[in-house]
Amino acid sequence: MKRLLKFIVPLLLFYFNIADCQVKGTRQSPVKYGSVSIIFNNKVGDLPLILNDRVYLNPWGEQYTLTKFKYYISGIRLLNAQKKWVVKKAYFLINQSIDSSLKVTIMLPENEYDSLAFLLGVDSSRNTNGAQADALDPLNDMFWTWQSGYIMQKMEGTSPQSEIVNNKIEYHLGGFSGANSVLQNRLFTFPSNKKLIVKRGRNSSILVTADLNKFWVGKVNIKINDTPVCSAPGLLAKQMAVNFSKLFTIEDIVNNQ
Amino acid sequence: MKLKIIIFFLLIVILFTGFINHLKINQPVYLKLIIPKNWPRPSKNIFAKNPLTEEGFQLGRKLFYDGRLSKDGSIACASCHQQFAAFTSFDHDLSHGINNSFTTRNAPGLFNLAWMPALHWDGGINHIEVQPLAPITAPNEMGESLAHVLIKINADTAYKRLFKNAFGDAAINSQRFLKALAQFTGSIQSYNSRYDKVKRGEAIFTISEQYGYNFFKANCNSCHTEPLFTDNTYRNNGFTLHPTLLDMGRMKITGNPLDSLKFKVPSLRNVVLTAPYMHDGRLYTLTQVIEHYRNKISNTQPTIDSILKNKIAISNQEKADLLSFLFTLTDEEMIHNKRYSDPGNAANILQQHQHK
Repeated sequence: MKRLLKFIVPLLLFYFNIADCQVKGTRQSPVKYGSVSIIFNNKVGDLPLILNDRVYLNPWGEQYTLTKFKYYISGIRLLNAQKKWVVKKAYFLINQSIDSSLKVTIMLPENEYDSLAFLLGVDSSRNTNGAQADALDPLNDMFWTWQSGYIMQKMEGTSPQSEIVNNKIEYHLGGFSGANSVLQNRLFTFPSNKKLIVKRGRNSSILVTADLNKFWVGKVNIKINDTPVCSAPGLLAKQMAVNFSKLFTIEDIVNNQ
Repeated sequence: MKLKIIIFFLLIVILFTGFINHLKINQPVYLKLIIPKNWPRPSKNIFAKNPLTEEGFQLGRKLFYDGRLSKDGSIACASCHQQFAAFTSFDHDLSHGINNSFTTRNAPGLFNLAWMPALHWDGGINHIEVQPLAPITAPNEMGESLAHVLIKINADTAYKRLFKNAFGDAAINSQRFLKALAQFTGSIQSYNSRYDKVKRGEAIFTISEQYGYNFFKANCNSCHTEPLFTDNTYRNNGFTLHPTLLDMGRMKITGNPLDSLKFKVPSLRNVVLTAPYMHDGRLYTLTQVIEHYRNKISNTQPTIDSILKNKIAISNQEKADLLSFLFTLTDEEMIHNKRYSDPGNAANILQQHQHK
């Protein structure tokens, strides 16, 4: 009996416990990871962007104050030394009102990287697959309720040159499918002397500047007096999205802090 | 020896916890959407990322009947989607929102939603899970914010228990809230009308119904396609622009002038119960609807549907037969199905002031 127990107990033990705990799927990868922070520095020319009370001038000489400025970044990818893109499937909402959101941190395999690319906005599959969470939670007020889909960029504020109610300015750029898609891919190649170096246990940073002075000119010239609002998908939103995509430049790369 | 006994008991304890773990008690009861015989597959698998369970369904059901989803507690989903009216607003061209407001469109019936690639008269909603965001936040419907709805239901311990049953822990967030609602609304199915029973060989049409069905197949079926009785397209069926609502329909979504005055073809299942008719409820009876297609189509509009350009020739006899056929599309089993009815928390609406 004792012998039998000696035999059966470990066997059962194995079946009920070990079998349940077994790690399914792939083995631990030998790849070593380091962290990379992408820091978004939203500015107006040389001035820092401060919401709610700072008055700025756009290139048309119109005054404005912003109360909200937020946008989605997704599909971050980096080009490694073997010329292969490393893709991070994650969604980030950069929100000027929330300091912590301005810094996006991802893990990358140890390597040297010389290009960064990302999508401004949320790819169409996440726009059509029901209720999402985290950065894509509709609670973030970046999801249109009357026409399913994410707003790619939301800028709100006031301007004395706006002749609509409460001198509002409101640019909600959205639309994800077909001719109305506002999604914009941006690709940045780092200067040849500035590679991003990723090492285990270290953090490297990419500083990205978004200069709002560039929003008002380009594919479409936006004068607040003429166009204080854009709140639906369509040609205007599309053109504004092109302007918006030009805001971004790589300011610096800081390795191994 | 003593050590051996201790080890033995230790082993028993470990074994037992392993056993409990293995059983995974409190496992949810999985449900399946019924796909009736000879029906097409649903247009998309709405439960692919939202496994349908009895617990999720029951949670969604409670939410559907809960007035706390609206700002002043007075309006639940079920206020405008009444079961006895096939989940439309009975006898209302437009439905009521909070503060004596009116909606801008006629509430559609809620059934067989898994077979609808897009929701709303203009197809603006691309997934059943995100639909509730529209009525909850619309100032002329429930007038509430999603964040505040979640605060209200978070304060109710009964909900914490239901969320735990449905999702494994008591966390209440927008995603779970929306998925639970989708489990309920997506499960409302209509496939037991007299028409269905005739199709299954369980009943036979009267002569008038049969003539009506023959006429239907020849003249209506191209848009109101069996067995869903809609082809889910957007069409201009010859109604002029409403002078005050100014509803351009599908064009609002696509921005394309070719979509002006086009609206989603509604299912004709339960059509006798879903009066008034059309996107703004401007026709009150089926007789008026048939009269519209026979005589009143405004066929000079540039986007008028090609099928309706020459109106539809319908004799008085055909009209009577068609009407008797349309009565066979009423699904008594659906409108009396207790699983779809108020689970008994109507008191919530009376307690609204506690939650303001």
